[in-house]
Amino acid sequence: MAEYNMHILVCGGTGCKASQSELIKTNFKTRLNEFGLTDEIQVVLTGCFGFCEKGPIVKILPDNTFYTQVTPEDVSEIVEEHIIKGRKVERLLYKDPETKAAIGDAKGMDFYKKQIRIALRNCGFINPENIEEYIGRDGYAALGTCLSEKTPDEVIQMIKDSGLRGRGGGGFPTGLKWDLTRKSESDQKYVVCNADEGDPGAFMDRSILEGDPHSVLEAMAICGYCIGADKGLVYIRAEYPLAIERLKIAINQAREYGLLGNDILGAGFNFDVEIRYGAGAFVCGEETALIHSMEGKRGEPTVKPPFPAEKGYNGKPTNVNNVETFANIPVIINKGAEWFASIGTANSKGTKVFALAGKINNVGLIEVPMGITLREIIYDIGGGIKDGREFKAVQTGGPSGGCLTKSFLDTPIDYDNLVAAGSMMGSGGMIVLDDTDCMVAIAKFYLEFTLDESCGKCAPCRIGNKRLHEILEKITVGDGKIEDLDRLRMLSTVIKDTSLCGLGQTSPNPVLSTLDHFYDEYLAHVTSHKCVAGQCKALMHYSIDAERCTGCTLCFRNCPVGAISGERRAPHYIDQSLCIKCGVCFEKCKFDAVLIA
Amino acid sequence: MPKIKLSEKTIGLIKDVCADFGNQGSELINVLHQVQGKLGYLPAEVQEVIAKELNISVAKVYGVVTFYSFFTMIPMGEFPISICMGTACYVRGSEQVLAEFKRQLSIEVGQSTADNKFSLNCLRCVGACGLAPVVMVGEKVYGRVSPQMVKNIIAEYKEGCATESKSA
Repeated sequence: MAEYNMHILVCGGTGCKASQSELIKTNFKTRLNEFGLTDEIQVVLTGCFGFCEKGPIVKILPDNTFYTQVTPEDVSEIVEEHIIKGRKVERLLYKDPETKAAIGDAKGMDFYKKQIRIALRNCGFINPENIEEYIGRDGYAALGTCLSEKTPDEVIQMIKDSGLRGRGGGGFPTGLKWDLTRKSESDQKYVVCNADEGDPGAFMDRSILEGDPHSVLEAMAICGYCIGADKGLVYIRAEYPLAIERLKIAINQAREYGLLGNDILGAGFNFDVEIRYGAGAFVCGEETALIHSMEGKRGEPTVKPPFPAEKGYNGKPTNVNNVETFANIPVIINKGAEWFASIGTANSKGTKVFALAGKINNVGLIEVPMGITLREIIYDIGGGIKDGREFKAVQTGGPSGGCLTKSFLDTPIDYDNLVAAGSMMGSGGMIVLDDTDCMVAIAKFYLEFTLDESCGKCAPCRIGNKRLHEILEKITVGDGKIEDLDRLRMLSTVIKDTSLCGLGQTSPNPVLSTLDHFYDEYLAHVTSHKCVAGQCKALMHYSIDAERCTGCTLCFRNCPVGAISGERRAPHYIDQSLCIKCGVCFEKCKFDAVLIA
Repeated sequence: MPKIKLSEKTIGLIKDVCADFGNQGSELINVLHQVQGKLGYLPAEVQEVIAKELNISVAKVYGVVTFYSFFTMIPMGEFPISICMGTACYVRGSEQVLAEFKRQLSIEVGQSTADNKFSLNCLRCVGACGLAPVVMVGEKVYGRVSPQMVKNIIAEYKEGCATESKSA
């Protein structure tokens, strides 16, 4: 990026693209052309900046100006004021939520202060469709080092020393996995990149592939060199069209530059990458199911052992790693295992990318060192709870994980602490919940997901989860009994112990974790038929306060089932036998006369 | 499900796709992706042709089609509407948005309107959690959708067709 003296970076991640960021880029180019500045200023559509809450984002280098919620119409003002006259457009700058002061330099934003970007190092910085920009940022240097200076065993030792663990969920040590596949004797081996990101609410793998696809390709080639494979496969969701397109471009460019294909960098090493498409099945995130899906079959898991490292794709030794895991590899080679191991906690090294979403002010993608506390993530980076409400819990690990309550706000986050707290790292979704979220309903929501996604092969998962869901349904409509709570716990334990694969073994976690931490809430549902969060509609009771009611008839006219009666200018009344608890009367009343209990 | 008769052209098209993948049974998922991309859906009759070409049983093809949520055996509406039911969207009210779409269109999830204009589906996480709740109509993404906005979103496409048919 040397020949230009200014760069305009426009976020081209999925979120910002949905808010017309491509038109913003086009408008920049048109305006710059009118001023004859296209040779001096470069406009780049980058990967995700992470600050999705205030997208579309436009960043201007070298002065590091961070514009938020830019519209295509704002472009002229930015060009005329900032580019031509050198005056930042204050109304588009990020404002500190407390002091309301505009922040001119992105470095001053709390959102970025505590982040360390390793896997996301190039996201929002380079043009993902141009291999030279990746190379300009030390890209493919790690592959070069490995091929020319290191034996496969030395590289594997380095990955082991770094302490890197799988970022897809389980946290298996990556170096050990590579070593196992290396030691399997075979004429053919495979490197597989698992990009079947199915955890609802997690989008880091997609952002890496959209923003920095070469980092994954480079790591796959390094892995191929280490384990003795000449073929790589990326298994990616068909629902990610933009990531697929950028990956295809990256593969072609890498082939043109001789970084994929035969005799890479003249070292006599052959490696090429192909894309395989998923078709929407959460269970395919499980290694064995993923491999069956790549073979054109139903994505049903099989019992391990044999592990893919011995018998995987087409019966050959296969090493499966997740996108984020791969994205860390080149940096470990370039900066050294010691450097990587210096970040994080005793057993969890490096950083983790989290997708922060739900009831939080700064929704987005963040990368933080292992060992950071929830409090730092939610309040310092995330900017606190939306609408100033009260923090209730954060759900991590998606449908396989659990909820962390207030008492865990100061626990350092790493693989082991999360498991000890009854949750798990998972792929890194973090959903923040406030006091209006009912924990029984949340558990039911995840069970619905598991029901949809259970492959049906083994009975505990197929039938057990169905029964669990039925009990939860009963509780949320007010038909639950106190015995149901014990039944939930017992059934959950059986499903965990007897299911075939990771999906079934972890599917009751959202139920168990909410039972542990929010037992009172379950109890209120079954004993007094109350939902404290006010989310379970069937448990709501609407009534009209006769003293406040002015008899304006607004509720009477809007009630869809005619449950409200009363004379004009006299207090109205709700017939409970007719009320469907839709809440329209509550919304419409201008005098706060409709009460919810 | 009513029987449909495939035209010679359609059968030829399916055969070509199978041939592109070397008529290999292991390429079934890739074949299905391609065929659905061209035809819009995968009715039983299409599956029969694919099974024959790849030399595998129809049961196996059917098993794979019904396993993966991306494949569909019913045609989608002209404007397929997908509501994101990912966790981030769920906690920001996507259930109410879905209920409003069902009410406005008088159809359930997985169905199409009588005029085949709209079909309704749920999907899990578009990856635009910053815009939650998210609705997609075709390729277009609508962010921060409230139940009140649903009527206008639908109207956009109804009107769109009206002006199109006028100009045509």
